[in-house]
Amino acid sequence: MSAAPQKARAGAERIAVTVSAVVPLNDLVTRFEFTRTDGKPFPPFSAGAHTVIEMKDGDRTRLNPYSLMSDPADPSRYAISVRRDDAGRGGSLFMHRNVRVGDAMTLSYPVNLFALDLRARKHVFLAGGIGITPFLAMIAQLDRMGGRWELHYAARSAALASYADELTARHPARVHVYHDDQDQALPLADLLDGQPLGTHVYVCGPAGMIDWVHTTARAHGWPDEAVHSEEFLAPQPGKPFEVRLCRSDITIQVGEHESLLEAMERCGVEAPFLCRGGACGQCETDVIEADGTFVHRDHWLEDEDHASGKKIMPCVSRFVGKTLVLDR
Amino acid sequence: MTIQFNEETFRDDYSFRNSAWAIKRFPFPFHEDSYMYSVNMEQHRGGPEGSVYEKRFDLDEHYLSEMQDRALVLAEDPLRCQSLPHMTLAGWDTLELIMVSKSEDYPDLFQLHRDGDRWRWVNKPMGIDHSFTFLDETTLPCGPLEYITRQTQGDFAVLDQRDDMLWMDAGMVTTQADWSLDFDIGMNFFEWHAPVPLAHEMGIFKRALKFLLNVQQGAPARRLNWTMTVNPLLDTSPENYHKWGIQKTTLTPENIGAKQHLRVELQTFFRLPRSNALLFPIRCYLIAFQDIVTVPKWGRRLHRVVRDLPEELATYKGFIDNRPMMLDYLSEYDDGLPTSPGVWPDLDSEPPLQR
Repeated sequence: MSAAPQKARAGAERIAVTVSAVVPLNDLVTRFEFTRTDGKPFPPFSAGAHTVIEMKDGDRTRLNPYSLMSDPADPSRYAISVRRDDAGRGGSLFMHRNVRVGDAMTLSYPVNLFALDLRARKHVFLAGGIGITPFLAMIAQLDRMGGRWELHYAARSAALASYADELTARHPARVHVYHDDQDQALPLADLLDGQPLGTHVYVCGPAGMIDWVHTTARAHGWPDEAVHSEEFLAPQPGKPFEVRLCRSDITIQVGEHESLLEAMERCGVEAPFLCRGGACGQCETDVIEADGTFVHRDHWLEDEDHASGKKIMPCVSRFVGKTLVLDR
Repeated sequence: MTIQFNEETFRDDYSFRNSAWAIKRFPFPFHEDSYMYSVNMEQHRGGPEGSVYEKRFDLDEHYLSEMQDRALVLAEDPLRCQSLPHMTLAGWDTLELIMVSKSEDYPDLFQLHRDGDRWRWVNKPMGIDHSFTFLDETTLPCGPLEYITRQTQGDFAVLDQRDDMLWMDAGMVTTQADWSLDFDIGMNFFEWHAPVPLAHEMGIFKRALKFLLNVQQGAPARRLNWTMTVNPLLDTSPENYHKWGIQKTTLTPENIGAKQHLRVELQTFFRLPRSNALLFPIRCYLIAFQDIVTVPKWGRRLHRVVRDLPEELATYKGFIDNRPMMLDYLSEYDDGLPTSPGVWPDLDSEPPLQR
């Protein structure tokens, strides 16, 4: 248009925060709480939203998305829970090893890719492991609104079932916990049967669990629109490759342990992003020329897009081959 | 800034008028001498001082009379404001966004006092001083969306977002350019845009939807749209077409300068925090041809745009029959000189009409 063209920043708006609590929950999971450095209240958010945490790890900036698990109605703090991934790329390890109370950090404004369907007559939550976090905010929001819900939570063991005890204590009739080490399986087929019409199901957990829920629900006659899922994909390592960025007029190298998006950012190319997990569509980039094979890992592009070789999601996807030229 | 509110009507005697201030800040929508659809979005983070882009919700001299007109429309047809049951939270989001924005942007006119969920809202121009409990509908005289949009210029479509789609599930629509909330409610983005020619083929709506699905909290967006209206009518609804459609036949070469209005919509898009819905305020600005042509650049350019507009668009925008008369009038204000790029009036730098 017209009025006062402003340069769009690549991600969501950012908030300067101070780490106000670091609470180890068990061997793997630690909760981090934040207050705003400027003393103002946080913006309200909708349950299911995530925030992207900026970590200054030496000369490297790590940006990882985590679900907001605090009460959406409490503007005094934001909280996330981070599961340590010893084999991962280092973001969760950095949080566990380096982040202390009092540290200054930067968070993004909330972004919601996993919202409640507010039309639902009832909400059934299916959590696997650390997938519990968005449901903590959803439960808080629904309790305030007087919504109907139940939670089914599968964890490896009682010791690793973060927040299970307090959820069970507070909502004994609505919370059901299953422990793998006791051979307790989440009775998915049974609980899908007999739900009132207008029930919506939400699943957050490992990819296998998400697929299982979608497939089983479909087999039981559930409409796809009533089954919601969220899975952030961490960028996977791969062989280094070279990329020509047309608009920026530079050629960059993508290292084994960095994503294409991270490599662009390292080289000063500002590329759009929101979730950095292959789900939001913001970083979608047109391929100008390619001689090689794409390693598509996103949830965003359609199968035809993947097959066409014309598009790539640089936050999680890679390339193996000789030439890759992108419109970026 | 102290705003002098006009006493005026948008019906019957049509006493609506733009002051010199309002003309100069009019959101002229054409940045070049021709027009074609585009997604034309930019961020809504303020604009030049005094412009309609400066504040989150622009307030001008027409405020009180527009609110009176809205009350008249609602009295006749309460279905102009609707909210499906799941959109109540988005209504509270809207109320919060508008009250916070207006009290921060116009502290001399609006105040919001918050003590937890106990809120007090003061709207000085409308003489309102009301205490209520946030998120408790029983403490308001009507639903939160209706309450706040009876006090805010512009139409409001409230779009639920689910399944990677936007759904028009609530709204307050009384100043619209020939569409109807009662007809569109519950429709998705592609359904309610179905009547628009050309843009579908151009892939405009697919791109626009993708953009809108990703509008984020704290980063609102905006664009302009435009059409033409004979007489300064705010309510050009399909429901009332029998009343206003016929007025298009009353244009004459003598009255066209006063009667023919360019109608511009400043459309903004806000992600609502608690409901994750998308708020789509559509603010309508009207300006008579005789006022536009007082700005030499705008007179030149409007003539060229209207002249060269594809027939489908002139038909869709409802002025194909009057286009020859409009061109006769506007050509008098086009001396063929080049125009400067951009939408601003450039009164200091553009030469006066060379006739």
